[in-house]
Amino acid sequence: MAVALALRRRFRAVTVIKEEVAKLLELKKLVDDGKSSGQFVLKCPKGTRDYDPFQMAIREKVFSVITSCFKRHGAVAISTPAFELKETLLGKYGEDQKLIYDLADQGGELLSLRYDLTVPFARHVAMNNIKTMKRYHIDRVYRRDQPRMTLGRYREFYQCDFDIAGEYDPMIPDAECVRIVFEILSQLDLGSFVIKVNHRKLLDGMFEACGVPPEKFRSICSAVDKLDKAEWEEVKKEMVEEKGLEEVAAGRIGEYVKLNGRLELLERLTSDERLTAVPSSVAGLEDMKLLLQYCKLFGVLDKVSFDLSLARGLDYYTGVIYEAVLTGDPSKGKEGGVPAVGSVAGGGRYDGLVGMFNSQG
Amino acid sequence: MATSSSQEQDVQGEVLKKGKPREQKEDAEKLLESKKQADDGQSGGQFVLKCAKGTRDYDPFQMAIREGVFSVIISCFKRHGAVSISTPVFELKETLLGKYGEDQKLIYDLADQGGELLSLRYDLTVPFARYVAMNKIKTIKRYHIDRVYRRDQPRMTLGRYREFYQCDFDIAGEYDPMIPDAECVRIVYEILSQLDLGSFIIKVNHRNVLDGMFEACGVPPEKFRSICSSVDKLDKTEWEEVKKEMVEGKGLEEAVADKIGEYVKLSGHFELLEKLMSDMGLTAVASARAGLEDMKLLLHYCELFGVLDKVSFDLSLARGLDYYTGVIYEAILTGDATMKDGEVPAVGSVAGGGRYDGLVGMFDPKGQHVPCVGVSIGIERVFSILESRAKEAGGKGIRTVETQVMVASGQKNLLEQRMKVCTLLWNAGIKTEMLYKRNPKLLNQFQYSEREGVPLLVIVGEEETVKGGVKIRDTHTREEDFVEMAALVPELNKRLAECQHSERV
Repeated sequence: MAVALALRRRFRAVTVIKEEVAKLLELKKLVDDGKSSGQFVLKCPKGTRDYDPFQMAIREKVFSVITSCFKRHGAVAISTPAFELKETLLGKYGEDQKLIYDLADQGGELLSLRYDLTVPFARHVAMNNIKTMKRYHIDRVYRRDQPRMTLGRYREFYQCDFDIAGEYDPMIPDAECVRIVFEILSQLDLGSFVIKVNHRKLLDGMFEACGVPPEKFRSICSAVDKLDKAEWEEVKKEMVEEKGLEEVAAGRIGEYVKLNGRLELLERLTSDERLTAVPSSVAGLEDMKLLLQYCKLFGVLDKVSFDLSLARGLDYYTGVIYEAVLTGDPSKGKEGGVPAVGSVAGGGRYDGLVGMFNSQG
Repeated sequence: MATSSSQEQDVQGEVLKKGKPREQKEDAEKLLESKKQADDGQSGGQFVLKCAKGTRDYDPFQMAIREGVFSVIISCFKRHGAVSISTPVFELKETLLGKYGEDQKLIYDLADQGGELLSLRYDLTVPFARYVAMNKIKTIKRYHIDRVYRRDQPRMTLGRYREFYQCDFDIAGEYDPMIPDAECVRIVYEILSQLDLGSFIIKVNHRNVLDGMFEACGVPPEKFRSICSSVDKLDKTEWEEVKKEMVEGKGLEEAVADKIGEYVKLSGHFELLEKLMSDMGLTAVASARAGLEDMKLLLHYCELFGVLDKVSFDLSLARGLDYYTGVIYEAILTGDATMKDGEVPAVGSVAGGGRYDGLVGMFDPKGQHVPCVGVSIGIERVFSILESRAKEAGGKGIRTVETQVMVASGQKNLLEQRMKVCTLLWNAGIKTEMLYKRNPKLLNQFQYSEREGVPLLVIVGEEETVKGGVKIRDTHTREEDFVEMAALVPELNKRLAECQHSERV
């Protein structure tokens, strides 16, 4: 009797499980619309990946070095949500707008996954009426790019931002940022590196001095931006043939953008009459003079290169711009001898972004 | 500098005249235009400055608390030999389908933008099972701390957000019974003890014991789940109300409900186990007997792990039970007697978990069996408890910056010297700041140090520079001493070590 009872119970249990599995498979078919063969697809979404324990151990070490450095310089940490109101992100990224991940409209607010950590930072500062803040933020961001995983191009990836907000005497915080990049890259032991610096106003002044029509500034600027990957001849061709720049103007630009150096370059440019006839160049050069002086006091000048070919997209940059590249391995060159880009850090001054969030500007 | 509000503008000095380039205005106009277009006239053309509903920023104070909590928790996980993994914030939609029962509707989907259909992860357990199956892992002991997403009705005062942290520890693999299960209890015990949250208990129960109990009481099998979720409400509701729901809402016979009532009020340790093992009705169910055997081992191991006094074998513990197949746990804080009406204590559930042997098999096309057991720490609740406690104490003991030295000057034209000293200190690994002003006021620098808890200042002065040194000022005692440049770093290190020591005392 007990055996029969036990058997009946076991049978019932098995039946229940069978029913559950059948329900599940049915549900899956409904959702699939026949897309899969009823198998579970075991993969991460395109452009994303898990970190296994080995990768996590490396990651932890890297974050530890970076966070120590930020703390050494007195930064606080903040954190923001993975998604923002869609309208918060609108109009901030130019053409890259289309790479933003939207959340489905499920009847509530329209949301998008954050594209970087800078716009959320500006939102946070404006929202809390913050006047000054030195903060770091390490978190993941999302871009519906064409993923090229071998090149380390993912759709979900970490950004590690350090920003100083506030009205201060010129170039002191700007120089501290260079110092921070210097410390981090040194401690991460990635081999030799260079921190290129330039200035938005100087670039604009240079274009004006060379005879670039103002409405072409942005366009010519993004051509210059390609000089880290392409040769000058190619870039010049793009400026003249595709972007309709006069060859003479392009030629003049070519004379400038091949220049890099430090205080001697600064001297040379400061005595360049054509350049200094444009007020914005003068302003840019004054800033750069201070920057190089402060970099020297901070003990980092030998890693800095004042480089007139540095352009950096320049969407919201208003002053100094930086980009750090690894220069370690010369064997990793492209054909034509242009070294493979090892850009490991970038940034600059962006004085207008928080104001965009503030109705008072 | 940490942060300052508009009230502290006097610290800033001269307002920097930065002329707005023409392009910024154009940008702003373009922005407003595109915003109008996007709005379809829904807003007044103003930027709405807020976070998405149910989400929030963490400010520096909250981050300092959070960092402290993570540090305790991660140390504990590492102490027990766990590795960590990380998974993407979204999964293929189909990965999450059919795993959460009714909660399915709370999942955030991503818009169909022409590619794969994606959803934000709802927990860290399903991604873990996917990871284990995908990599054909047989055994892994891992922790994972990250945020998850649920389109719940947010109740922020109760710490109920739509985006929140989970802190999971799981052991996957075929092992001898109950050893990993007991280690999970030990881990919860260590974490809750070290976080200093007051008294707590770790309730334990078993899926098979629960099912056996229902069967013994005469609950029809098709009602098991439904009655189980009623029992689950006993942590927030009185028995009479729950009984009413069972009988009137779910059509259970009153006699049966009463029998359940007799069981679910029971809790204890070995004496309860004895009692249940002599309960004929219960032990007639084979799976219940097996469950009780498990519980016997568990309590025994908990005793060996030194945690039994915090454990309570509690028959009212149910925990949703979607994918649990064996032991289940839930830890609650019992410290603060903040009572609701009717004297049922406000729920302080801070951890939960259990054994879930079937989940990985659901992902594996060959149905490879990888049994799992794990716990999840409810850190949002821990954050808010520690945050209120810190605020009540006036924020003492929580620093948002870790700066050790402020390099200051009160006289003019000493910016260069300050920078050189900063460089010296940074090179020595000392956490150092200076104000971003050419000629700051000494008082402002003193006030900053006091406010942010910076223990020492190095004051650069003309006289001292001539003598080949600087002054060290103790923020707390306000005493100042001259020191030569060569001795500066060693002297600072010595004093900082002393500071730390006295803080600990």
